[in-house]
Amino acid sequence: MEVFVAIMVGALVTASVYLMLARSVLRFLFGLVLLSNAANLLIFAAGGLTPEAPPLVAEGAYAPPEGVANALPQALVLTAIVIGFGLFAFALVLIYRGYQNLGTLDSEQMRLAEPPESDPQPSTPQMSPMAELSK
Amino acid sequence: MTTWLLPLPLILPFATAVLAFLFRRNREGRWISVFGSGATLIAGLILFREVWMNGPIAAQMGEWPAPFGITLVADTLSAVMVVITGITGLAVSIYAVTDVTDEMEELGYHAIFQVLIAGVTGAFLTGDLFNLYVWFEVMLISSFGMLILGGKRVQLDAGIKYVTLNLISTILFLSGIGLLYGTTGTLNLADLSRVVPTVDDGLITIIAMMFMVGFGVKAAVFPLFFWLPASYHTPSFAVSAVFAGLLTKVGVYAMVRMFTLVFTQDVAFTHTILLWVACATMVTGVLGAAAQTDFRRILSFHIVSQIGYMILGLALMTPLAIVGAVFYLVHHIIVKANLFLVAGVANRIAGGTELGRIGSLYKGAPLLAFLFLVPAFSLAGFPPLSGFWAKYVLVKASMDIEMWLVAGIALAVGLMTIYSMTKIWGQAFWKPHPSGIVPKLTDMPSHERAPLMIPIIALAAMTVLIGLFPQPFVAIAERAAAELLDPTVYVTTVLGEIAEEAADQ
Repeated sequence: MEVFVAIMVGALVTASVYLMLARSVLRFLFGLVLLSNAANLLIFAAGGLTPEAPPLVAEGAYAPPEGVANALPQALVLTAIVIGFGLFAFALVLIYRGYQNLGTLDSEQMRLAEPPESDPQPSTPQMSPMAELSK
Repeated sequence: MTTWLLPLPLILPFATAVLAFLFRRNREGRWISVFGSGATLIAGLILFREVWMNGPIAAQMGEWPAPFGITLVADTLSAVMVVITGITGLAVSIYAVTDVTDEMEELGYHAIFQVLIAGVTGAFLTGDLFNLYVWFEVMLISSFGMLILGGKRVQLDAGIKYVTLNLISTILFLSGIGLLYGTTGTLNLADLSRVVPTVDDGLITIIAMMFMVGFGVKAAVFPLFFWLPASYHTPSFAVSAVFAGLLTKVGVYAMVRMFTLVFTQDVAFTHTILLWVACATMVTGVLGAAAQTDFRRILSFHIVSQIGYMILGLALMTPLAIVGAVFYLVHHIIVKANLFLVAGVANRIAGGTELGRIGSLYKGAPLLAFLFLVPAFSLAGFPPLSGFWAKYVLVKASMDIEMWLVAGIALAVGLMTIYSMTKIWGQAFWKPHPSGIVPKLTDMPSHERAPLMIPIIALAAMTVLIGLFPQPFVAIAERAAAELLDPTVYVTTVLGEIAEEAADQ
């Protein structure tokens, strides 16, 4: 079972790297989402997969019987999913705002903060978002 | 009693954040932030006093014994970092009284700032790897918010790069945690320090490399630093200062912690990589700085260059080198935050940070010029300022083990640092202002001037103080280094009874 999850993680990472190599920031973000899910699955698999053995403590006992599933990685993954959700919601809004205000999703054209050498005046009016869009 | 000392520097900023958010539409919000930062600093000082008098302390949250529950632990290094975070937090929150606009305040600047301080402090105090990840996220999400607060186009542009690259490092860190748990079955740092040497597996070295890359992005080392000079010059000056002072240093701290406490199984391999990474970081950072023409962008590249020195101390891994790294860490936070604060005043009175378009600051504001020279010379390593001792210890450490080339690079980079500082000095301070005005500090109304100048003067005074009386600070760094190189005390403090019980059985 671990082997299948491991292959799945590998496939997710491959797809995410492919997406992240794209110039479009939106594709990059999709790649990041895939990569973060791959990391979550990795933690899940690293803890060992034990099907059909829930970590339940019988009434009166202090510890679950031997061989139950490890609950800790699941707790970690849940935390990581929640945190990841918050971060990606933020990143998505940021990229959307970036698209509205900068008028592009192409990371090559995002040079406002680091203008190229030939344009030492950062306050030079950039092409307006509308002009950029209609191009 | 001592168990309350540990969570206190975390509870105070969170409580302040809530209050500051409630009062964000009023003027009280900013003063709540200042008082909260002051209280956090005091809590940090009490914690440091306790650690200094009685050795490292640990507290198990929720009464779950280590290694099952979440542990907060403070050894000398953690305590020092908490104090220095408190100092930076207080300085920047005073500065923010003037520097942060009403609009940003209304959007909750002070609340986000306090959460950032809590995240940084949490990262310094936690004794659990997954908890470290959570604190990193607290810190990261608030830094995202602060970076783009104000929503200028240039900030959005910088924000996209900062956010995306930092998220990659976070995911790498998280994957490393998962694999480390899979191999060792524990995430408690003290427990890991016991278990990792017993796992004879090349996989540990691979995991160590994942952590090195993950923390390397946070710490902005070569070749992973590109997000830093792309973003640090865009937000408001108070934000830049706290970022420059604290954020990358959390990455350095995490690296120092992991590569002294946990990943010491293959020092010859991992620390050799760190050594060349450190040298490349020093050189590329300072060369980048030499090519810039903007006040804050020069300073941003200097951060990268200076991170190299700290990693160098870790890479050499001798007692003296670790002393140097710890001393450097503390000195750098004060100096770097101060330089960004000076840049903020220069921007305010001279009307920009682009060096070609400002000038005459020496003529109009000699006090500001002096207050720039103190941290600038300290950064380059001039005696008798704090940076001289930090560099002296590191260069001596590398010469002691006959690393002549490394020592040479460290000294040459110091020289290059002063070259790029001269550029700022010549352009912003000496050159006449292109529009003919003479910017004066008195151009600002006094109620605006005081909150800007007080933190700068205080931080500059600390730089001089550390420079003139380095002995107590070196003693603290020596104690921190001794604890880092021999983690027995750390491990027994955290695991205490469990370690003894295991020995009994």
